[in-house]
Amino acid sequence: MKKDNKHTENNKRQISRRDSLKYITLGTISVAYLAGCSTPEEIEDKIPKVKKNYPGISEEDIALMKQKFFTDHERETVRQLANLIIPADNRSGNAEDAGVVPFIEFMMLDKPENQTKMRGGLKWMDFESLSRYEKEFIKCSEEEQQQILDDIAYPDTARPEFSQGVSFFNIFRDYVATGFWSSKTGINDLPYEGNMANVWSGAPQEWLDRLSVSYDS
Amino acid sequence: MQIKKQPSEYDVVIVGSGAGGGMAAKVLTEGGARVAMLEAGPYFNSEDANMFKWSYESPRRGAASRKHPFGEFDANIGGWEIDGEPYTNKAGSNFKWFRARMLGGRTNHWGRISLRFGPHDFERKSMDGLGDDWPLSYDDIAPYYDKVDRFVGIFGSREGLYNDPDGIFLPPPKPRGYELLIQKAARSVGVPMIPSRLSILTRPLDHAAATHRAPCHYCSQCGRSCSTHSNFSTPSVLIPPAEATGNLEMILHAMAREVTTDSEGKATGVSYVNTITGQEYHLKARVVVLAASACESARLLLNSKSDRHPNGLANSSDVVGRYLMDTTGTTMMAVIPDLIDGIPHNEDGVGGMHLYTPWWREKQKRDFPRGYHIEFWGGRTMPGYGFMGGIHRYNKILGEIDGKPRSSGGGYGMQLKEDYRRLYGAVIGMSGRGESIAFKDNYCEIDPDTVDKYGIPVLRFNYAWSDYEILQVKHMHETFSEIINAMGGIQLWNSPGKDSNYGITPPGSIIHEIGVTRMGNDPKTSAVNKFNQAHDAKNVFVVDGGPFVSQADKNPTWTILALAWRASEYIIDQMKKMNL
Repeated sequence: MKKDNKHTENNKRQISRRDSLKYITLGTISVAYLAGCSTPEEIEDKIPKVKKNYPGISEEDIALMKQKFFTDHERETVRQLANLIIPADNRSGNAEDAGVVPFIEFMMLDKPENQTKMRGGLKWMDFESLSRYEKEFIKCSEEEQQQILDDIAYPDTARPEFSQGVSFFNIFRDYVATGFWSSKTGINDLPYEGNMANVWSGAPQEWLDRLSVSYDS
Repeated sequence: MQIKKQPSEYDVVIVGSGAGGGMAAKVLTEGGARVAMLEAGPYFNSEDANMFKWSYESPRRGAASRKHPFGEFDANIGGWEIDGEPYTNKAGSNFKWFRARMLGGRTNHWGRISLRFGPHDFERKSMDGLGDDWPLSYDDIAPYYDKVDRFVGIFGSREGLYNDPDGIFLPPPKPRGYELLIQKAARSVGVPMIPSRLSILTRPLDHAAATHRAPCHYCSQCGRSCSTHSNFSTPSVLIPPAEATGNLEMILHAMAREVTTDSEGKATGVSYVNTITGQEYHLKARVVVLAASACESARLLLNSKSDRHPNGLANSSDVVGRYLMDTTGTTMMAVIPDLIDGIPHNEDGVGGMHLYTPWWREKQKRDFPRGYHIEFWGGRTMPGYGFMGGIHRYNKILGEIDGKPRSSGGGYGMQLKEDYRRLYGAVIGMSGRGESIAFKDNYCEIDPDTVDKYGIPVLRFNYAWSDYEILQVKHMHETFSEIINAMGGIQLWNSPGKDSNYGITPPGSIIHEIGVTRMGNDPKTSAVNKFNQAHDAKNVFVVDGGPFVSQADKNPTWTILALAWRASEYIIDQMKKMNL
């Protein structure tokens, strides 16, 4: 049985956000383009002023967000499953904290063609836990839940009798990943550091060195 | 039903507001012509688009929908399907037709890849016997490519490649880290990678019509449309100078129905329907310029039947609708070990690749004609809908914490969470974009049974890839695998085989439809002459992709712009000489 591995630090990627901001302000501004600029204000001045003028959430989407797709039981199953897939650790919260449950519910309403797969998959989980432990998935202990997941979360080694569970879990894992990593929490965790006006003048030297590439060749 | 006659008569009516229509509007209005431009969709201002919107600011996190097949933040209004505007395919054909309904048309949706055709691209039949030669040469069009470069702005590098001619380039952005890594691997297997050539400003332009256009701010979101007008789209670049002349009238929500002609066969104007009110109009003009997209212009000509033009306008040759071409395409993705555990930094860059592979095997022996270029992507892009989807297919690469191999991908829990972090930015993709051959039997025609909601007969497509295209795509996959193997990468799926025609995209999918009103010197085998002028009606011009004789392994927009500029200068000249 696979156990959750304790989160281990990886030294190579322990670059703080402050360090990477340094790359943005120093590393990514072209010397030639900024010739004559010496103060931060002058550099700032070279970054184009950009209006953020984008539309908000549409009336249709607000209406859709108010609708329900899941039963309370299904929603609780989604919540527990999502948190098993992305639990909290020392860097960020769990799937639930990042709003994964309402995201999945919205997508069911937005793309109704996926409803049967989702509903059926959740039902499959319950039937599996009933036959193993005589209780629904959400009533199982975390260890019991993990025993079921261990049979369906590893597609290359899963036994053929679990194939439907594997298919469902592959889809469900993808939903949780989008919901978590595209949230503000997920974006800060990765981190994704773009979506801002800047002046690009190449990747940080440290990254080029790691890749054994350079701008000179 | 009453047809309203528009009271004023124009020198020119342009149908469509994309690359060709926008350029015609600019050049004709600056030349003093009074121009009406019909656009089937609404007004669009690039400043009101979704630039900088975070995925989490939408409940669907940027997911695609029927109305926004390239994601909900994409600027395009339209898509593969438009309510009330169907198209059909003959049995066995699956042509996909992407249409825009908005000011600027499909210039609001593209990769800004702005490649000149080269000298070979105008004389392919003389080289390999397939298709036809163009009635003009690279030297005829080169001055207009230069004008487009200067006016619109393009970055690139001077490489001296014969069939990928250099332009007047702004400096290219430096490659991203992963792009340098791919370049090193590609070079090791003999595949070049050079700075891409995109119509995005890396420096301010110094002419008066570009003062509203700031240099790029590197948010990589060109596809959402640019609020600082730093990239090319018709509303950002061509409409402002045309409007400044005072000679342009834009008529929006105007779906063209027919080009009207007189008893001598000359065009008298265009009839159209207002898509909101349903009111029918007729607009008179001395010259009619079609720029509605290749197939939409062909449809309009075929629907413009009269005693003098019983087979449709400009179609005595019966070639209108024929020789339809789209670019070939196929894609592969891979996870690259060297990119795992990346160093966080903002690598958005411009909207699109900083390096690409131009066709490099012109002189080598091969089992398919013509060539292709390769586009690349990857990096630490904004997480949105579908983020790292299908990770179970590739996270096995990370192994166990103790260094032992993993028996399966997938998983859940703490290890999976860490897998996402470690693999973010480690997946790259590449797509081939190749030249197809012009065949008479690849065509669009008027469907005898179907009309759209305005009562206009619709197009029916018939298109099949030949072995030429299929073998070319096979070669793309061989190249992709060589490059990926040279990096020690692992493909996210197996290279498709013969049973799926090597994964070639359905025709139309690359959105490079061209060729259905092809140009030529012989009125019996072509619809327009080398000035984009109809052989059968001298005051009718087509300035979209329709007049293309062959495809080239390049994106068509820059050539559409250059030919539209050239044709528009010719129109002004001929009007002054009272020939039109």
